[in-house]
Amino acid sequence: MTPKPKLEARQLHFFYGTFAALKGINLAVPAGTITAIIGPSGCGKSTLLRVFNRMNEIIPDVHLSGDVLLEGVSIYQDGLASTTLRKRVGMVFQRPNPFPLSIFENVAYGPRIHGLARGDSLRRLVEESLQATHLWDEVKDRLSQSALSLLPEQQQRLCISRLLAVQPEVLLLDEPCSALDPAATQQIEELMRELTARYTLVIVTHNMQQAARVSEFTAYMLLGELAEFGKTAELFTNPRDPRTEEYITGRFG
Amino acid sequence: MERHFDEGLKALKERLLYMASLAEAMIHWAVQELMVRKAEMLSEVMAKEQEVNQIHIEIDDRCLKLIARHQPMAMDLRLITAAMKINSDLERIADQAVNIAQTTDFFLKEPKLEPLLEIPRMAELAQKMVRDSLDAFVKQDVDLARSVCTRDDEVDTFKHQAFNNLLTFMTKEPACIHRALDLILISRNLERIADHATNIAEDVIFMVLGKDIRHHIENRMGT
Repeated sequence: MTPKPKLEARQLHFFYGTFAALKGINLAVPAGTITAIIGPSGCGKSTLLRVFNRMNEIIPDVHLSGDVLLEGVSIYQDGLASTTLRKRVGMVFQRPNPFPLSIFENVAYGPRIHGLARGDSLRRLVEESLQATHLWDEVKDRLSQSALSLLPEQQQRLCISRLLAVQPEVLLLDEPCSALDPAATQQIEELMRELTARYTLVIVTHNMQQAARVSEFTAYMLLGELAEFGKTAELFTNPRDPRTEEYITGRFG
Repeated sequence: MERHFDEGLKALKERLLYMASLAEAMIHWAVQELMVRKAEMLSEVMAKEQEVNQIHIEIDDRCLKLIARHQPMAMDLRLITAAMKINSDLERIADQAVNIAQTTDFFLKEPKLEPLLEIPRMAELAQKMVRDSLDAFVKQDVDLARSVCTRDDEVDTFKHQAFNNLLTFMTKEPACIHRALDLILISRNLERIADHATNIAEDVIFMVLGKDIRHHIENRMGT
């Protein structure tokens, strides 16, 4: 049985000026799972991810119709601060983007500004967040060093720890492994699987094998539309839509 | 857009077809040996079995390399897994043809026994089923594959008839028991060949539609 939706796009249209980037998307992201969004460049998958935590608001001349619901409640309702939303729905980007601060401060920053913890409880929260991404043992003796001294894969795990520290519910990952080597990619993928015990993950990826490996559900987008959504195991062995078949077998184009 | 991968798939299909043509010829020769009493067919059948065995290994190797290098998805993935299973079925069909030829070899050393009852008809049906199942594979023809599955029941009926007739014959003519047993074995081999052709047809249906019809699962699931 499909778990109940955590995030839901309803009749979602999104425009950059007059260009329609998303055309009537209806998608329910099941709670406690990994949902992959795949599709060719320009299909709207990263736009959809950004709309899920209102990152689109920082871009000029865009407009949106339809709605996105987080546990049944609109994230576009008046009066909901984007910072409140982004605490619940966090994003990991293609390139690791740690703050030019120490390892400790990177993770402590969010809880501190949200007033979640301080003193010993903040230190515990930082440790737990670094433990959750298996980074703790690697950095516990150099927490005051610059985060920029870490390896790219460690930096990416640090960015995930930074999100976890504010106790989110949904993690949006935009090509999180595209700047990493295969071994580092595998580590992040293993981590993603572990995180589904507590979080709902949505990953945008160009790497179909990655989508097939890590996700439980896959959405295939094409030209701003949701062409197909279903269980990953079925979509990659027996897609219903011939357009999905063309894309995943490399006959597209 | 033609993919580099398509060349590998094309070569795989060609090798499977060639293997099927060998298996089919082996059935034909084995049954000819029985029907026209030509003992020299046995060596032909044995020689071809060697070649079938080599191709069996070669095709599995091709499939593994295609999977490793191209990480196929959807229809491509179903095609390669079907090819691996068809490969196995063809090798077993060839083994059954060898069994027929060997049994016939013993049979021909005894005085002539007439008639051969249902066996020529069974042989004809089984051979056609093998050919049609491979045609269905190449043409991705689901209707032809389904017709192969249906014909399996016909072969089973012939086998039961042959068994019953030969049992009656054995009780009446105890001196012919050995030869009648040979014919029972041969009808069993032909029935197995038809079963393998049916497996191939079922794999073709899965390959094309992504729908598993083995063991009548579609009826049980109410689809």
